[in-house]
Amino acid sequence: MAAYKESVTDGSLPSQKGGRTQPPKLQSRPLTAVLVLVGGLVALAAGIAVSIALGAKDIDLAVIWQAIFHFDESNTEHLVIRELRLPRVLGGVIVGASFAVAGAIMQGMTRNPLADSGLLGLNSGAAFMMAVCFAFMPGMPFLYLMMYAFAGAALGAGIVFGIGSLARGGLTPVRLVLAGAAVSALLAALTDGISLYFRIGQDLAYFYAGGLSGTKWLHLKIIIPWALIAILAALVMSRSLTLLSLGDEVASGLGQRTAVTKVICSIIVLILAGSSVAVVGAVGFVGLIIPHLARYLVGVDYRWIIPCSAVLGGLLVILSDLTARIINPPYETPIGAVIALLGVPFFLYLARKERREL
Amino acid sequence: MKAQVSPGEQQRATRGVRVLTILGLLIVVVFIICMNTGYSKLTPIDVIKTLVGFGTEKQELILFSFRLPRIVIAMLVGAGLAVSGCILQGISRNALADPGILGINAGAGLVVMLVVAFFPSTSAAPVFMLPVLALIGASLTALLIYVLAYSKRDGLTPTRLLLTGIGVAAGISAAMIVLTLRISPEKYQFVATWLAGSIWGSNWKFVLALLPWIVVLLPYAFTKARVLNVLNLGEQTASGLGAPVEPERLKLLAVAVGLAASSVAVSGGIGFVGLIGPHLARRLVGPKHQFLLPASALTGSLLMLVAEVTSRVILQPQEIPVGVVVAVIGAPYFLYLLSRSK
Repeated sequence: MAAYKESVTDGSLPSQKGGRTQPPKLQSRPLTAVLVLVGGLVALAAGIAVSIALGAKDIDLAVIWQAIFHFDESNTEHLVIRELRLPRVLGGVIVGASFAVAGAIMQGMTRNPLADSGLLGLNSGAAFMMAVCFAFMPGMPFLYLMMYAFAGAALGAGIVFGIGSLARGGLTPVRLVLAGAAVSALLAALTDGISLYFRIGQDLAYFYAGGLSGTKWLHLKIIIPWALIAILAALVMSRSLTLLSLGDEVASGLGQRTAVTKVICSIIVLILAGSSVAVVGAVGFVGLIIPHLARYLVGVDYRWIIPCSAVLGGLLVILSDLTARIINPPYETPIGAVIALLGVPFFLYLARKERREL
Repeated sequence: MKAQVSPGEQQRATRGVRVLTILGLLIVVVFIICMNTGYSKLTPIDVIKTLVGFGTEKQELILFSFRLPRIVIAMLVGAGLAVSGCILQGISRNALADPGILGINAGAGLVVMLVVAFFPSTSAAPVFMLPVLALIGASLTALLIYVLAYSKRDGLTPTRLLLTGIGVAAGISAAMIVLTLRISPEKYQFVATWLAGSIWGSNWKFVLALLPWIVVLLPYAFTKARVLNVLNLGEQTASGLGAPVEPERLKLLAVAVGLAASSVAVSGGIGFVGLIGPHLARRLVGPKHQFLLPASALTGSLLMLVAEVTSRVILQPQEIPVGVVVAVIGAPYFLYLLSRSK
């Protein structure tokens, strides 16, 4: 590890194929990484403060401070902050960090620059399960709903990865995206069928649009422990992930049990992305953009990519949420759409660079 | 897709003609079944009687005003989409190309949703203008995808075309979600039904709107069979053989988009027919486009007819959109092809 920490820093991204044939020209920039982390955390704190302050009623920063540290139950502003705005922004941070770390792990594990939970059937799987729940078990408590959405996400991702790896020649980036598109189309068609039949389409659309507005402490209590454990686990696995991202041969040549690493990493991805989808709905592209940005900034070492992705992901989601709220008040623009505004051009840019065939 | 030089060209032609005949007969059979099934039962005898003009008034109403236009639309749409898919697969030399995967459906859907959102109610919305507007949306999307995927250095690579299509479709669906939340539940149900690909509302006006496209573009595509054969050999070989590759490809792309867009405009977002139709046809008649194109048209029609019957009987008396049925059959097939691809 230490060997390539100090190696060349010519600023270019290492080619993924380089790992196999010639001595890898990899670089990592720990100093930049620390700067990104510190700067990111400061920006995150500022973002949280601004997010809480702005809204239907603008609130003074001093009041926010008081609400958090000297809470007064009789003060309406304090209540608004405590019950509405704080959970919302914290939810945004957690969900953003989860999506971004999940994306980073997927990209490292599959060596696939296009990997993202939204593109790989998780979102449509969760939406499908939601449709089933709304249609057949209306009035289900939120907790169960979340668990079903989680199961749906696992189902969608499972089919995509299963089919993608059944193929001869393995899981190429293009194949994975195509399998994702087809599975999403299938699940979306089933969802459409169910929602038209039971006339629950628009309720479902609210879920599908993705939004943090409904986030309550109850949801946070459920997902925060999971997300934290999974992110910590991701940090523990980050060294193995770095090796894995050099290719299976390199990793096993260096004595790693790649199958075990892959299974653990997949479980982490599922927990992170699945629980986030269950809370905010179908938000895509965070897991696509952020890991690329992190890798561009800090180099190829996943011990730095993962924490940086977590911080930057949280930042992206709360800024998008802020944009979604102020772009067209009093309406909220779905946050999924705001992020897609950034994500789609980025995806197209990556697609242009993708030279490998099926 | 293999470009085999078959020794028995004559034999192949006979086989092609035979397959086309069988497909034609199958369509007639399913057509009759389609006429019989539905909420009120009609026996085959009744159907034939009514068709020749000896049915009761009620039977005539059911057949001529409700069932026949739907069936005709299903057949035309199936043929249009399948030929469009066949052309796309030919010019991109990619077995996975399909108008739905390429984002053409999404473009049409966005425009329909915009129009519906801007009119005060669904009844006031110009339903008969929808096909035209959907056509514009689909064409613009196709143009956008072409521009984004084209590069001066390597032309139009199949992979990039597919990836760009998926990206653009993702962007459009994000825009549609924004609109979804703004419109009334009644409008939403209307748009959702349209998007899911249903041909319930079909009447003869829709048939008339679609027919000219099919009648003009389908034969035109058939005349281009030779060009498609040559393009299928690869860009360099095609240029070497003296084919003006880029202009021909653009023309064919325009035909494919015209067919897909006009079909989708009438039927709503039906995917996968353009994928499966040509594949089945290729298995039956081989890679020569002289037979492949008509065979695709027939398999596409047949598929849509079968889906149409299924969608009517599966959850009686309710109906599920044909698009859903097609996707449930089509997506697994797509995944199967994907897992087989090298």
